[in-house]
Amino acid sequence: MIDRTCKETPDFNLCVSLLNSDPRGSSADTSGLALILVDKIKVLAIKTLNEINGLHKIRPELKHALGECSRKYKTILQADVPEAIEALTKGVPKFAEDGVIDAGVEASACEEGFKGKSPLTSLTKSMQKISSVTRAIVRMLL
Amino acid sequence: MASTESLLPLTSQQQDPLFDSSRSDPNPETHRRRPIKVHLAVYSGFLLIALYVTLIVTHDGSRAKNGETTTESRARLAGVSEKRVSDDQKSEAFPWNNTLLSWQRTAFHFQPENNWMNDPNGPLFYKGWYHFFYQYNPNAAVWGDIVWGHAVSKDLIHWLYLPFAMVPDQWYDANGVWTGSATFLDDGSIVMLYTGSTDKFVQVQNLAYPEDLSDPLLLKWAKYSGNPVLVPPPGIGAKDFRDPTTAWKTSAGKWRITIGSKVNKTGISLVYDTTDFKTYEKHETLLHQVPNTGMWECVDFYPVSKTKTNGLDTSVNGPDVKHIIKASMDDTRIDHYAIGTYDDSNATWVPDNLAIDVGVSTGLRYDYGKFYASKTFYDQHKKRRILWGWIGESDSEAADVQKGWSSVQCIPRTIVMDTKTGKNLVLWPIKEIESLRLSSKKFQMKVGPGTMVPVDVGPAAQLDIEAEFTIKKDDLQIILGDDSMDADKEFSCENSGGSTVRGALGPFGFSVLADQSLSEQTPVYFYVTKGKDSKLKTFFCTDTSRSTKANDVVKPIYGSFVPVLKGEKLTMRIIVDHSIVEAFGQGGRTCITSRVYPTKAIYGATKLFLFNNAIDATVTASFKVWQMNSAFIHAFSADDLGVPSRT
Repeated sequence: MIDRTCKETPDFNLCVSLLNSDPRGSSADTSGLALILVDKIKVLAIKTLNEINGLHKIRPELKHALGECSRKYKTILQADVPEAIEALTKGVPKFAEDGVIDAGVEASACEEGFKGKSPLTSLTKSMQKISSVTRAIVRMLL
Repeated sequence: MASTESLLPLTSQQQDPLFDSSRSDPNPETHRRRPIKVHLAVYSGFLLIALYVTLIVTHDGSRAKNGETTTESRARLAGVSEKRVSDDQKSEAFPWNNTLLSWQRTAFHFQPENNWMNDPNGPLFYKGWYHFFYQYNPNAAVWGDIVWGHAVSKDLIHWLYLPFAMVPDQWYDANGVWTGSATFLDDGSIVMLYTGSTDKFVQVQNLAYPEDLSDPLLLKWAKYSGNPVLVPPPGIGAKDFRDPTTAWKTSAGKWRITIGSKVNKTGISLVYDTTDFKTYEKHETLLHQVPNTGMWECVDFYPVSKTKTNGLDTSVNGPDVKHIIKASMDDTRIDHYAIGTYDDSNATWVPDNLAIDVGVSTGLRYDYGKFYASKTFYDQHKKRRILWGWIGESDSEAADVQKGWSSVQCIPRTIVMDTKTGKNLVLWPIKEIESLRLSSKKFQMKVGPGTMVPVDVGPAAQLDIEAEFTIKKDDLQIILGDDSMDADKEFSCENSGGSTVRGALGPFGFSVLADQSLSEQTPVYFYVTKGKDSKLKTFFCTDTSRSTKANDVVKPIYGSFVPVLKGEKLTMRIIVDHSIVEAFGQGGRTCITSRVYPTKAIYGATKLFLFNNAIDATVTASFKVWQMNSAFIHAFSADDLGVPSRT
């Protein structure tokens, strides 16, 4: 199931590794797989927020951009993720797609705030990739 | 006919010096949309360079790169919400602040006081009041926890918020009181059918009705004790059964409804008959189905007159009537409709033209911009059919959370058959919107090729514009009569580069929500091309790609072909209300709604421009611009009862 589903996403390897790392992965249906990935988005957003908090102390010159990023990652946690979970649970994938796409949008907007000198680039790329993989799976539910 | 080969270098597209000061190609004459005689091309090249030098101001042209356009159109094909960060290097990660975000709130479109809204529900007119219900999240500016919001108005413009009509308080709607429709029974009473998401996440249909029919505000709604009245039938997914229509009468005197669903990837509409709205008889046949269109949401089904311009009650049928099926495509978030013939005896419908069946990508749409989950109702008070449509946001959810709201509804539109073409509907903002018109200014301007002129109307964030365009006859004849000019390449608003790409006869129109330096602007325009049959073909487009400097906003180019009949002038109407622009081409044959989020062209800095970006044609524009009042939408209070109308 995981292999078959991940083949339809833009990043097979990432998709498989994320889903295999979760004990629910082996028995989940498509909606369950999407929910696992939304959890991964949540975990990554928390991790990134911690990183941002740390950077606040050591990189005061980036205060403004970091503040914007903080707000954007909080949006992922407080709006995108709950919206996606509720929509997947209730069977309205369209709104799950909104939340999942937006997670990638917020990450990218955060990144650009540093005008090329981002200390978060690898975390941004991870979020963009998870967002696009999750979205592909959410679209299978439409 | 000149050989195409010799003209090859001249066929690629030309960028516009007026819009783009950072043109990279030093040879403008090598960038023409259509093949044309070389000497003319070179001449135009010189002319353009001259214009470039004299007219280019200091603005920062931030035309979308080709790559971006491609990505966008692919995304559109894939049917996504198009939310993504622009890869245009000139746009910025924008630090939205409250001053910028407050400006985005509309002045005369319906939107709740705060938080998230989606589908329009159960619109109706009762005892002097228009009622509007809507999918609403009371807790956040994103979708979730859906209840039925409720508002009333005397004129469909000045709305008063009322308490929620229905909330999830039963097992059969525990996970959401979802979309539904109202039906008037013969005795004047009202039934509401709506979808509930049960405690087990199954989509079922429920019956509700007003507790007190003597209350014109219909404040209290009772849910039928025997709910649910319909559950997903065998073969239909538990989560693929939603959004019942208004019921209509069969010739046998029963009530009939349709509900959208899907089987595999085929979009379908199930049909049920009932006499009491409590028990139903399912038809084995479907009202209609179209393969590969996916889940059909918010199906709408209604009659239109082939000859008259008044609307028809939902149960009307007869030889003079066509029937419309509209479905909202879950896969693409597009509202598609088709015109066809309804057979009452076997409860089926067939399209007039199979090639543009419901949901087919080349098929008809109510609106070619941002517009979804729409619903019509018959206004028995003024004998018209009125359309509501949900207009979502094109910005990021972070911005939505920060501004505290998300989504507006379109200005209600009357909807009738286009009796002139017989092939499409015509949508037009209800007459009542004109009551908001304040001062107006009338203009007649002749604009030559490559011209952009400011239109002095004062602040330009709340406008109603009606305009008529004529192309200079000589210019038209040159184009049509010149056999050396091949037909244009197939044009499309979305994929032909937007308002900066110039052709012989377009684009021309208005740039709304522009700042003085044109660093932000949203052009709404016609683009006329020479078709393969040497006839002119007209397109109507809105280009939001330069509408804002911010990069966390989706900025598509929208639009479509618009029918123009012999002898007709080109006409457009544009309603601007802060972050929403509703555009109507040729009296509403083609409509485009867009959401725009300027960062500079706001408050007193919003300007209106008229432009003609055609290469060869001189255009005369006659137009009138009204400043628009606010509708002062607010919570209902006892004071509002004594006031028959705020207009």
